[in-house]
Amino acid sequence: MSMDTHSHSAHHTADHHDDHHHHEESFISKYVFSMDHKMISRQFLVTAVFMAVVAMVMSTLFRLQLAWPDEKFAFVNWMLGDTWGKDGILDPNMYLALVTIHGTIMVFFVLTGGLSGTFANLLIPYQVGARDMASGFLNMLSYWFFLLSSIIMICSLFVEGGPASAGWTIYPPLSALPQAIPGSGMGMTLWLVSMSLFVVSSLLGGLNYIVTIVNLRTKGMSMMRLPLTMWALLITAILGVLSFPVLFSAVLLLLFDRSMGTSFYLSDIHIGGQALEQTGGSPILFQHLFWFLGHPEVYIVLLPALGMASEIISVNSRKPIFGYRAMVVSMLAIGFLSFIVWGHHMFMTGMNPFLGAVFVFTTLLIAIPSAVKAFNYITTLWKGNIRFTPAMLFSIGLVSTFISGGVTGIILADSTLDINIHDTYFVVGHFHIVMGLSAILGMFAGVYHWFPKLFLRMMNKKLGYLHFWLTFICAYGVFFPMHFLGLAGVPRRYYSNTAFPMFDNLVDINVLISIFAIAGAFAQIIFLFNFFYSALRGPKATENPWGSNTLEWTNGVGHIHGNWHGALPEVKRWAYDYSKPGKAEDFVPQTVALEDGELDEGAGVHH
Amino acid sequence: MIKFLVYVALVLAAVAVAQIVRVFELASVLKGGKPNDITENDNKMNGRFMMLFMILFYGFCFWQVYEYGDKILPESASDIGLETDWLLWFNMLIISVVFLVTNGLLFYFAYKYYGRDNNRATFYPHNNKLEMIWTVVPAIVLLAIIFLGLKLWNEIVMTPPKSDALVIELYAKQFDWTARYGGKDNTLGTVNYKLITGTNVVGLDSADQKGWDDLIVRNEFHIPKGRQVSFQIRSRDVIHSAYMPHFRQQMNAVPGMVTEMHFVPILTTKEMREKTHNNKFDFILLCNKICGASHYNMQMTIIVDEPADYETWVAKQQAFFAKPVIGMAN
Repeated sequence: MSMDTHSHSAHHTADHHDDHHHHEESFISKYVFSMDHKMISRQFLVTAVFMAVVAMVMSTLFRLQLAWPDEKFAFVNWMLGDTWGKDGILDPNMYLALVTIHGTIMVFFVLTGGLSGTFANLLIPYQVGARDMASGFLNMLSYWFFLLSSIIMICSLFVEGGPASAGWTIYPPLSALPQAIPGSGMGMTLWLVSMSLFVVSSLLGGLNYIVTIVNLRTKGMSMMRLPLTMWALLITAILGVLSFPVLFSAVLLLLFDRSMGTSFYLSDIHIGGQALEQTGGSPILFQHLFWFLGHPEVYIVLLPALGMASEIISVNSRKPIFGYRAMVVSMLAIGFLSFIVWGHHMFMTGMNPFLGAVFVFTTLLIAIPSAVKAFNYITTLWKGNIRFTPAMLFSIGLVSTFISGGVTGIILADSTLDINIHDTYFVVGHFHIVMGLSAILGMFAGVYHWFPKLFLRMMNKKLGYLHFWLTFICAYGVFFPMHFLGLAGVPRRYYSNTAFPMFDNLVDINVLISIFAIAGAFAQIIFLFNFFYSALRGPKATENPWGSNTLEWTNGVGHIHGNWHGALPEVKRWAYDYSKPGKAEDFVPQTVALEDGELDEGAGVHH
Repeated sequence: MIKFLVYVALVLAAVAVAQIVRVFELASVLKGGKPNDITENDNKMNGRFMMLFMILFYGFCFWQVYEYGDKILPESASDIGLETDWLLWFNMLIISVVFLVTNGLLFYFAYKYYGRDNNRATFYPHNNKLEMIWTVVPAIVLLAIIFLGLKLWNEIVMTPPKSDALVIELYAKQFDWTARYGGKDNTLGTVNYKLITGTNVVGLDSADQKGWDDLIVRNEFHIPKGRQVSFQIRSRDVIHSAYMPHFRQQMNAVPGMVTEMHFVPILTTKEMREKTHNNKFDFILLCNKICGASHYNMQMTIIVDEPADYETWVAKQQAFFAKPVIGMAN
């Protein structure tokens, strides 16, 4: 396919007329079974937006329940029907199903598949200067496995017994035994099938991303000239390739326990008036396998967002990213450490406390590269000439949530302090801010910033501002107060807190959180409108609207099969020569040659 | 029909908004502007919003501390709680400073350096000395945090319970707890999950003589003030978690395993009622690991007695195997 592209582009000259001559492209091969990274990127994005809306509506349903537990809501009945929302009151099993699927969709389908799928596909060939991904076919399969897995996950919402309800971490035995919770019947089977397909999608995509970045960099694009987005997506893909297979094995063993009578995770269980035969298994084994994926997964979600924020903050501060090499080293360190910290999710499982102590040490080490990154972002703003595009606002928001959520991680990583706040709302507040918000703000930033490359049009600026400020205010309004609930001892995944008089004086906090949550959900309508309206009707984008240095802004205003007419661009310098003294413009694209004696900043050598 | 009309109205509203946006954009283009170019005014406005946001956000944080500060972390009623609470506030102080300072710098710089039309940013790609400082300083602070944390972890969790600690088993199932005392020998008898019946809820094995004096209690259990209690935690079905927020202690209940936690209660229920001015106050054990539909109401009351009162209570309990089976039916 890549060969085709080369000869095709070589035949034609670089006039616009050219675009109409893709006569071999039928509608199906262009829009449906496309192997073009730009189309696949948009397919991922639109699918992820749909999934995000589903997960967000779920969160408003359970927020209604948490704030007003005995209230009847016609909305609840309308959404869930009489089985799960009789008289407008949420069923406790459905509550658990909603939090489970909300978490699953947000973590995997929106912030892994959606975030990496959209931006790795869009940006990798564009920013390294390649015609397309290394394998367009595998890339297409990656999307179709993702779509299939999304469809199965959505179907699981409609089966008898409801969808999986054992929490997004699906700890057995709860997830293994339909006797324990109705969602562990057909719903859980579909969850496992869906996630297996998701792992396939993630591996096909990840291998492609790695190979493309390593092998298909254009002439002059040394590793130390890669934009930080590329470093972030490369490390993310490596983490995914190394950790998702472990989730797959965990899922496989769980399937065996569920349907073939094995006892990998089950032992000494008496349920539903019956003693099960399985003995000798360990539920803790599942947790080790799950979190061996689960913790790198946090960084799979976070790193692409941080990488995009590096790029966006630098472009819009009109300054080089501060400490480029420190940023690369920090991301590598975070990526490495993320594989040896999984046990901090398991301090209270009865795991050997000495092992716990080791995990305390490794986990707290992650704070060092994270701190370096935060300080480097802040220093990039210092003495900048900041242009507040909506993308820039979201990126600054990301840095703020990365800090605010990161510091509470220091409390949770300390096993001694984790004893009392483990599995409370403190944890919910922490990971939603540091991982959920940072990643989703980064994803919004990416959409606003690269919209001209995605849909060749501009998003509406004013709606973008409105969307950012409402989202940012509501986001902190939802998740910051949760720390107080957690310190008071309120456990997560409680259908209501009314059974405990000690929580009665905390009702106000839950009402406050829910009001912010619902307002925040409505604010997303602004985004959805802006997104679809601008994609179809927005003003046409120019070639390089933000004055960026990177290669994706050097190939005209259309989508070209093969990305560049004629020869591929050649890279002469790093991506961050913004406001360089002695230059006429405040940006110097990567394709402009270094002058004699000019410092090649990324590599640190003089020309 | 009404639903249908609502949908139609929503679609029409979206179309109307789209047209309005379109009109604004076209009008702006006619005036010679580019509607989505960022102007100095936009920068100034958003820079100011950054400062305003910072003030409101910090205000919101302080308001919450003021409003909810006395409702979080209920008075600690165990020996370990006193130490962990101190460590918590120590760490909280460090992270609060970091949180306020770094967020403050972020929002302040965003405001101070908003883009002006005839201004140019300072080219400042790196500074090794500065980067070294903010690598080393956090590293030192973290080492202190790690040291203090692990020191306590060693005392609280890694040190096994004393040999004379009162042994109590907490047996979890969907959706309640059962407590079992070792009886006069303070030793728990052997159990087997296959022996579980409607009356023998923990599966106590009558072949083991150590179990003959075991006491089994439901709904609430008593512990004496001032004596270390070692909880042996088990589960019958799925994973649960034994969480006692007032004693700052928690441990999962895992089927197929026995887990352990221990502490010394330092306040009786009566003393706690006086301290909290709440004569209905009770210590509770609650489930803190998702376990099914009634997870949110899986609790047991804990009564801390003066040692003498505790002895009186224990004396009134009957050993499981000594009880007539009929009396156990509930």
